[in-house]
Amino acid sequence: MDRHRVPAACGLSGVISQDGNLIEGDVIIESMRVIHDRGNGLGGGFAGYGIYPKYRDLYAVHVMFEDPEGRALCEELLERNLEVEAAEEIPTTPSEKIADPPILWRYFATPRGEKLSAEGREADDFMVKLVMEINMTVPGAFVFSSGKNMGVFKAVGFAEDVGEFYRLPEYAGYTWIGHGRFPTNTPGWWGGAHPFNILDWAVVHNGEVSSYGTNKRYLEMFGYQCTLLTDTEVMAYLFDLLIRKHKLPLEVACTVMAAPFWKDIDSQDTDRRHLDEALRMTYGSALVNGPFAVIAGFSRGMMGLNDRIKLRPLIAACKDDLLYVASEESAIRQICPKPDRVWAPKAGRPVVGELKGDV
Amino acid sequence: MAEAAAKQEKKLETKAITVDATGVYYRELNQRVRDLIGQGYTEITLDGVNGQRYIADGLEDDISVIINGVPGNDLGAFMDGPMVTVNDNAQDAVGNTMNSGKIVIKGHAGDVIGYGMRGGKIFVRDDVGYRVGIHMKSYKGQVPVIVAGGGAGDFFGEYIAGGVLVLIGLGTEGTPAGDYVGTGMHGGTIFIRGRVPEGRLGREVRVFPLENDDRSLLEGLIEEFTNDTGADTTNVDIEEFMKLRPFSHRPYGNMYVY
Amino acid sequence: MPGDMIPSEFIVEVDHQRCRRCKRCILNCGFGVFDFQSMTTADSSKCVACHRCVVFCPEEAITITKNPLEFKEHASWDVNLRKAIWKQAQSPGMMLTGMGTDFPWLNVFDHILIDACQVTNPSIDPLREPMELRTFLGRKPDKLDIKARGDGEFDLETKLESNIKLDVPIIFSGMSYGSVSLNTHRALAVAAQKLGTVMNTGEGGLHEELYPYADNIIVQCASGRFGVHSKYLNAGVAVEIKVGQGAKPGIGGHLPGEKIGREVSGTRMIPVGTDALSPAPHHDIYSIEDLRQLIYAIKEATGYKPVSVKIATVHNVAAIASGIARAGADIIYLDGFRGGTGASPAVIRDHVGIPLEIALAVVDRQLREEGIRNWVSIIAAGGIRSSADVAKAIALGADAVGIGTAALIALGCRLCQKCYTGKCSWGIATQRPELTGRLDVDWGAERLVNLVNSWSLELKEVLGALGINAVESLRGNRERLRTLGLDVTTSEILDVKPAGM
Repeated sequence: MDRHRVPAACGLSGVISQDGNLIEGDVIIESMRVIHDRGNGLGGGFAGYGIYPKYRDLYAVHVMFEDPEGRALCEELLERNLEVEAAEEIPTTPSEKIADPPILWRYFATPRGEKLSAEGREADDFMVKLVMEINMTVPGAFVFSSGKNMGVFKAVGFAEDVGEFYRLPEYAGYTWIGHGRFPTNTPGWWGGAHPFNILDWAVVHNGEVSSYGTNKRYLEMFGYQCTLLTDTEVMAYLFDLLIRKHKLPLEVACTVMAAPFWKDIDSQDTDRRHLDEALRMTYGSALVNGPFAVIAGFSRGMMGLNDRIKLRPLIAACKDDLLYVASEESAIRQICPKPDRVWAPKAGRPVVGELKGDV
Repeated sequence: MAEAAAKQEKKLETKAITVDATGVYYRELNQRVRDLIGQGYTEITLDGVNGQRYIADGLEDDISVIINGVPGNDLGAFMDGPMVTVNDNAQDAVGNTMNSGKIVIKGHAGDVIGYGMRGGKIFVRDDVGYRVGIHMKSYKGQVPVIVAGGGAGDFFGEYIAGGVLVLIGLGTEGTPAGDYVGTGMHGGTIFIRGRVPEGRLGREVRVFPLENDDRSLLEGLIEEFTNDTGADTTNVDIEEFMKLRPFSHRPYGNMYVY
Repeated sequence: MPGDMIPSEFIVEVDHQRCRRCKRCILNCGFGVFDFQSMTTADSSKCVACHRCVVFCPEEAITITKNPLEFKEHASWDVNLRKAIWKQAQSPGMMLTGMGTDFPWLNVFDHILIDACQVTNPSIDPLREPMELRTFLGRKPDKLDIKARGDGEFDLETKLESNIKLDVPIIFSGMSYGSVSLNTHRALAVAAQKLGTVMNTGEGGLHEELYPYADNIIVQCASGRFGVHSKYLNAGVAVEIKVGQGAKPGIGGHLPGEKIGREVSGTRMIPVGTDALSPAPHHDIYSIEDLRQLIYAIKEATGYKPVSVKIATVHNVAAIASGIARAGADIIYLDGFRGGTGASPAVIRDHVGIPLEIALAVVDRQLREEGIRNWVSIIAAGGIRSSADVAKAIALGADAVGIGTAALIALGCRLCQKCYTGKCSWGIATQRPELTGRLDVDWGAERLVNLVNSWSLELKEVLGALGINAVESLRGNRERLRTLGLDVTTSEILDVKPAGM
């Protein structure tokens, strides 16, 4: 049966310590608990950065399996392509609120040298291709996280319950993002929850992309397979394409996805006008239309972005080196009762927090 | 005048109570508020509020609700009478389709404030978000009012059909309004302090000079606003306000062919 | 008339009680139907139902009806087929006709429905919130190289090819000066300028008077090379190589001698009264590499303006389009089999080619699969009848649409299909001075502007309902369409799901 596209009505929250201080996982869970009503319990998830310091230079591959056969097949593929330094079940606490969990494993690995030279690929490209291959060809196996020193944890359930299930209070990271979902049909599939991940990008998203068909066809031209039928997948691939492949600066990629109106472009000075016009001409199919608020984590930072006419809520706050972004102010105030400043980001303009040093 | 006097009489008998709302789910909290009103309480303070939705939603009573903390969305939705004070910031959809009463926010508020508002007043001390006062309407004595002390996002007063919107712009640089001000306006009046560039005004909007009636209205509102929110309006000069009204009550009359 | 055994198609009746004898009908009819012999008389055999007389009769005294003469019914032998044989037995020759095919071929647009947003996604209010239709036609780069300058600003390092900027994704299709009157061309040029779009000269060259409108004109270079010289090539914002035309794929343009008067003769540089029958192929394009050669020859001559290639939609249109994109074209103009013309053999007009909707779908898919979709902009034309067709064409993959027939109808055309006679009572498809003067340029331009503005408003409503506020988010967005009553294979070819899925 054809899986129908599931729109993303939801609640988001994110926090980053720009000094690189580690924050415990229960902080993001508490934040999500306050905006419980934005979800309907059919999906919740988190992404943490800096959570695997022991394996910081290895790809942390999180996989869910429907059955042991799927796991065996998948591990064969992994062994062939990667040098796996460690492999273990992802620790969880069984909960009656999280029903029928799949088999959850994680592998800390790096691509085999000979494979990389044989294919003439860079490690990142190699991983992207490998993940797509597993997701499309190994029955019942789904890689839901594959970045370095970061991990996605998601399931069908309310966000706070998902966080407890994955024992997130036992982790500490410098960036956390969280998501509670309100899908309008019942996929019951863990892979469909947010965050969506590609390499070190983790994207949580609130809204529905009206331009999905256009964006998807554009991405397919560059080899991305939009198999999940979710809008979030398209947003994550767009970030990957524009920033990693086309090397556009982050702010410029946001200008592409939430493009300013012609009225405003026309009134700018020549240089900026020429640039914005060239961006809209070249990347018209990457314009994301429809309401959206996204929070995206990446290895060196976190960003929040709204659509061009702010049809979804998004609010930001800061205190010392901490930057917060969320769907509702109460989600921030729960974990930061007295921020230095609270403000509403403008439509189409990103809020960005970046690590100042190394971690 | 007579109305105010009558209200004064009723308020002589204040029965106050404080509720600790910390971690209380909105369903329970709002039911508690309704129960307390049933028991005759006229002033209810809620402490430790954070994110609970629908507070004062649908209430019609002559009571006062004081909120310490950040209330969730739809504060005072469909409200018809009460006085709500928030000693912090508020979120989205404050005063949604409100009919009468007053909401005072001593902080900033979010998007879609006063959507479809039909009467009553909303005062926000600091900034407000997008689509504030969208499709406000009025009829005879029912004239809704929103006053914001700071700046506003785009689509301020979108499709307004009646009522009064005031943007004071304290603490803002340049114009306090965003883009597409009053787009679709076909009734009501918008006052904005400072010059809004013409390119930012909706097509249906025209700038008119202030008349004496406007001046007294603005003076009265700003005084009330200052008393209620504690904003510093000492440097506000009435003459700095732009008055915006629609050029037609039927801006889309030419849009269709039969 | 007994001569050719063919009864009149229409019967013209004059209500003599109402008739004021003002003789306007005689003056207005280009086909010589009316005369006055003690009262107004009508020769029905000449009537083509163009309604000029009906519109201009101050008493509404004229009625035109289908000749109620009964034929014995026959499911296979439609009456028109029988008439065609009577005509061809009468005198040998190809049946000539005008405008687009009138056969009841399945109309794919009429089996496609558009989505709308509800609950899970808001529609956008086009009356109050911004809605953008601006479109750029031309080659786009695969990506942009942008470097941060350090002061918060950015430098664009990629140089872009020139593009045509349109304020609306609707252009006027090419109709040659010759097939239409100079006033028609003038009206189209003035309207294009007012609307911020472009008109196309068609293959008859560009009259000198229209050179000032260069920024709103695409000049066409067809196989007959009429009026093509370097000044002409530089008199427009782009050059279009016309390889084919939807109404008559595989054959060239056709202008009967009746329509070649002095002015047309001068612009086309051929003798007065001769028939201008363009060759079927360009004689310098016998293979795809020749096309590349011509494209670059034109680019060199024009300082690298965008070059468009117009093709009729035939069976392997996808492969052809791919070849054209790789040959260096910046724009591909797809002319569907319903496209109009001033003159075409009926057999070609009615039976050759494939529908625009399907061609659009397969061309868009082919170019994307090859990763070259952004090398060209696609203009879709051939039977675009309403803003609904415009929206559907864009969702199927077009960057913009072209309108020809619709533009002429806005100017008064009734689609009588007699353009090739040069007797157009509306002054559009004729060169006779007594007829061409009827089309007032300003009046015509205003009507064209009204039409395109009306469709723009409607298009914005559709976009708003789709929750989209920039037309580029509709382009190729097949997700927002559904088919109704189309067979499964056609739906799959269109890559549009059936309603319900």
